[in-house]
Amino acid sequence: MNFDLEKFKVHGEPLIYGAMISIALASIGIVVGLTVFRKWGWLWREWLTTVDHKRIGVMYILAALLMLFRGGIDALMMRLQTAAPDMKFLDAQHYNEVFTTHGLIMILFMAMPFIIGLMNVVVPLQIGARDVAFPRLNAVSFWLFFFGAMLLNISFVIGGSPDAGWSAYFPLASLEFSPTVGNNYYSLALQISGIGTLITGVNFIVTILKMRAPGMKLMRMPMFTWSVLITNVIIVFAFPVLTVALALMMFDRLFGSQFFTMANGGMDMLWANLFWVWGHPEVYIVILPAFGIYSEIIATFSKKNLYGYTSMVASMLIISLLSFVVWAHHFYTMGQGVMVNSFFSISTMAIAVPTGVKIFNWLFTLRKGRISFTTPMLYSLAFIPIFTIGGVTGVMLAMASADYQYHNTMFLVAHFHYVLIPGAVFAVIAGFHYWFPKVFGFRLNERLGKHAFWWIIISFNVAFFPLFILGLMGMTRRMYTYSAETGFGPLNMISFAGALGLAIGFAILVYNIYWSTRYMPRDKTGDPWDARTLEWATHSPIPEYNFAVVPNVKSLDAFWAMKYDKQPLFEDQITKIHMPSNTGKPFVLGVVFFFLGFFLVFSMWIPAIVAGIGVLIVLAAMSFDRDHGFYIPADKVIKTEKKLGGGTL
Amino acid sequence: MNKKGPLYAMFFSLFLLLPGCGSLTVLNPQGPAAKTLSDTIILSILVMLGVLAVVYILYIIMLVKYRAKKSNEGYIPPHEEGNKWLEATWIAIPIIIVAFLSVVTVRTTNAVENVPADYKDQKPLVIYASSSNWKWHFSYPEEGIETVNYVNFPVNRPVEFRLYSFGPIASFWIPQLAGQKYAMSDMTTYLNLVAETQGDFLGRNTNFSGKGYAQMEFTATSMSSDDYDKWVNDVKSTASQLTEDKFKSLLATAHVGRETFSSTHLTFSPPPGEHSEHMDMDHSNMDHSNMEMDNNEHSHQSN
Ligand code: HEM
Ligand SMILES: [Cu+2]
Ligand SMILES: [Cu+2]
Repeated sequence: MNFDLEKFKVHGEPLIYGAMISIALASIGIVVGLTVFRKWGWLWREWLTTVDHKRIGVMYILAALLMLFRGGIDALMMRLQTAAPDMKFLDAQHYNEVFTTHGLIMILFMAMPFIIGLMNVVVPLQIGARDVAFPRLNAVSFWLFFFGAMLLNISFVIGGSPDAGWSAYFPLASLEFSPTVGNNYYSLALQISGIGTLITGVNFIVTILKMRAPGMKLMRMPMFTWSVLITNVIIVFAFPVLTVALALMMFDRLFGSQFFTMANGGMDMLWANLFWVWGHPEVYIVILPAFGIYSEIIATFSKKNLYGYTSMVASMLIISLLSFVVWAHHFYTMGQGVMVNSFFSISTMAIAVPTGVKIFNWLFTLRKGRISFTTPMLYSLAFIPIFTIGGVTGVMLAMASADYQYHNTMFLVAHFHYVLIPGAVFAVIAGFHYWFPKVFGFRLNERLGKHAFWWIIISFNVAFFPLFILGLMGMTRRMYTYSAETGFGPLNMISFAGALGLAIGFAILVYNIYWSTRYMPRDKTGDPWDARTLEWATHSPIPEYNFAVVPNVKSLDAFWAMKYDKQPLFEDQITKIHMPSNTGKPFVLGVVFFFLGFFLVFSMWIPAIVAGIGVLIVLAAMSFDRDHGFYIPADKVIKTEKKLGGGTL
Repeated sequence: MNKKGPLYAMFFSLFLLLPGCGSLTVLNPQGPAAKTLSDTIILSILVMLGVLAVVYILYIIMLVKYRAKKSNEGYIPPHEEGNKWLEATWIAIPIIIVAFLSVVTVRTTNAVENVPADYKDQKPLVIYASSSNWKWHFSYPEEGIETVNYVNFPVNRPVEFRLYSFGPIASFWIPQLAGQKYAMSDMTTYLNLVAETQGDFLGRNTNFSGKGYAQMEFTATSMSSDDYDKWVNDVKSTASQLTEDKFKSLLATAHVGRETFSSTHLTFSPPPGEHSEHMDMDHSNMDHSNMEMDNNEHSHQSN
């Protein structure tokens, strides 16, 4: 093993020292705080070892919020650097690292985990289940995601971040052209968290197919659960491709294989194909659940059932199939000929049809409704016009010939932010406001919520609309600087102002969480929005067993039917409830994987082998685990229900 | 919510006014290929504005008419499953729009992949454009000259660029003359264009290729054929030869200014073969009919 301290160092930049100091201070603060308030035991028992889907969901969401801020600061730095011609704030290397990690973090460590967090909290409740199918595996998923994310995050201060773009095109991402360890981090951090995601995929497919309450046929499932089911099927098909691609990348970078190199028969475009075969469906992995979230919220606050339920499901199925046959639209300009480009153009544009169906169904859900403009509803409503801009510009990009002019320009950057921000970020914020009272037992403040909303919506357009025009002016993406003659300056300055506005909006959102935690009145009903689906049929906060009695579902929107059609939902007696026991092994597995990844990044073989053996030991310990969980006795359940009061019993 | 209507109206009028100023390079074409693309883009913008208008009008109607207000306090919204005819409408109309745009796409893609229609009977001028680090090498096999970071060609004559790379993937783009195309290390790709006005056009790499990427620009100049011939003769008589050593040292340098040579690197460093391994499903359809016309420099050599 050759141990060389130089490899770890990232040199002489105020930004990096700033990051180091803030990481160190935050860590010290957490350690001191936990010690002073004697919270280590609590943290371990209640959170690090938990297998409760609700708590795992909350941890996912917390981590995703943190990553939203990390990615957001990256975004601000980029916008500042390009706000005016010839800015000197970041140098080329830094800008490259920043846009690469911004893209990676926003998609893989913010949008996706946020959605997985919401689905962890909500899906078992929506289908009337006590937990997911494999609660301990669920904890494994979370800790692999979490430590994968941490591995990528430390790259900025130890060794240097990946700098070849989030798409890491070869040969640029090869050892030859990116000699720092940055892209080793890329291949390992994504691999570790990707395994976690794949496990989530399997877990939720089984959960939704096998654990639905009696009477909940597939076509009686709430739309969010449907979207999650389809999403997880996409995960199970798409993520293995990423796994393989990242493994080949790791071989190329660490062991000198030549899959994607320039010489010896390596094929650069093989990487591009593998990456986008995963990467395009990945976009739908973050957007389909958003469609589910909006469907729930729009129906609830229009006081109507969802219009065209069947066609909503069908359109999601069609989108998921099409998402696998459009990947080459990311490189129309590769010279693949008219036939191939035409095929991918048409399949891409075809996605607009089912998406349009959904937009019109939402609009017709509003029709004849009684619409109340709560914060979650405002985000859902703002989604419609803004996402439509993202959608129509997507059709414009899908036209192969026209894309010869848009490819890699700011037009593209504008387009995908117009899709991803309303299609994923607004959705998770809406879902966050909507389900928050279910998890914590009180609402977020509406006035602050609306303030944040208007800041975010208006600033978003100010930040991103100018980029369409910049693209048509010929400004390409990933340029860290440009000269004054280009004329790109003014619009970039406007865009920077928009980014600042977004930051203010998000700050208000966080302040709202703080303020509401302290001052908002607690909600005893468990159903503060007069909602329609099963998750609202239990208490808030939710008892660990979710439902004291498993519901008997007789219709779509079963909770609504119970409230307004007097359809009985809870007909059985309370009996003892089986629960899984907590376990620390998934957390330990995450930690060991983190070290394995870290040692591999730096080619420190002996420690890596030790960590690899550690992984095997923890896995063995998990598979020989004989703990079958425990029962909560019936009288204890009855006592808890009485204490929580109100509710449905 | 209706505060947003005027906001969008403002944005869109801004968007529509700007082409007038001519600063939108992409919509200010100076040759048939870029003109085709510009027309395609404008057509698609108009169609898409139509789509947006429908969605926005419905949206505003719904929000204004059905908001909860004091006067409809006791109103209980109806249960609605959906409506076959309505749903069929909003499936059928988008299909028609997509079909229309598909036809446009196939035709225009085909048009810009070939020598522009009005110039089919002229023999294209072949220029190899290769990228290395953050510069562009232009080799003129017919003239036996080579330039770095600038390229000259005659106006109103088809030019066939043959693109490849000595490193990361680059994308060759002169927005006012044609759409872009990748330059890769393992194959040669083709880009056809004609300039119909004389002048300097900015060209650049659009595919991120590392530290010096932002500066990876070149100038493309179209000139009268007399000026072009004069320039070629000048280069041949005054510029130095490009030796293999000189070329290697050029490749190794990150950035250089303009350079001019009276021989090309193609002799000792031939370009890679045609598009081969990747995306094989389409090989037979690679449309290089124009290539068949210049049999002296066909590029099926493999390295
Ligand atoms: C919150 C406000 C945001 C701002 C101001 C912002 C800004 C930017 C900027 C300036 C770039 C780089 C442009 C360039 O130089 O090429 C960029 C790239 C990107 N952004 Fe964002 N962004 C934001 C949020 C998001 C979100 C929420 C996502 C995803 C869910 C996202 C995904 C991406 C991706 C994938 C890239 C491409 C990275 C690459 O080129 O490798 N961004 N963003
Ligand atoms: Cu895609
Ligand atoms: Cu290639």
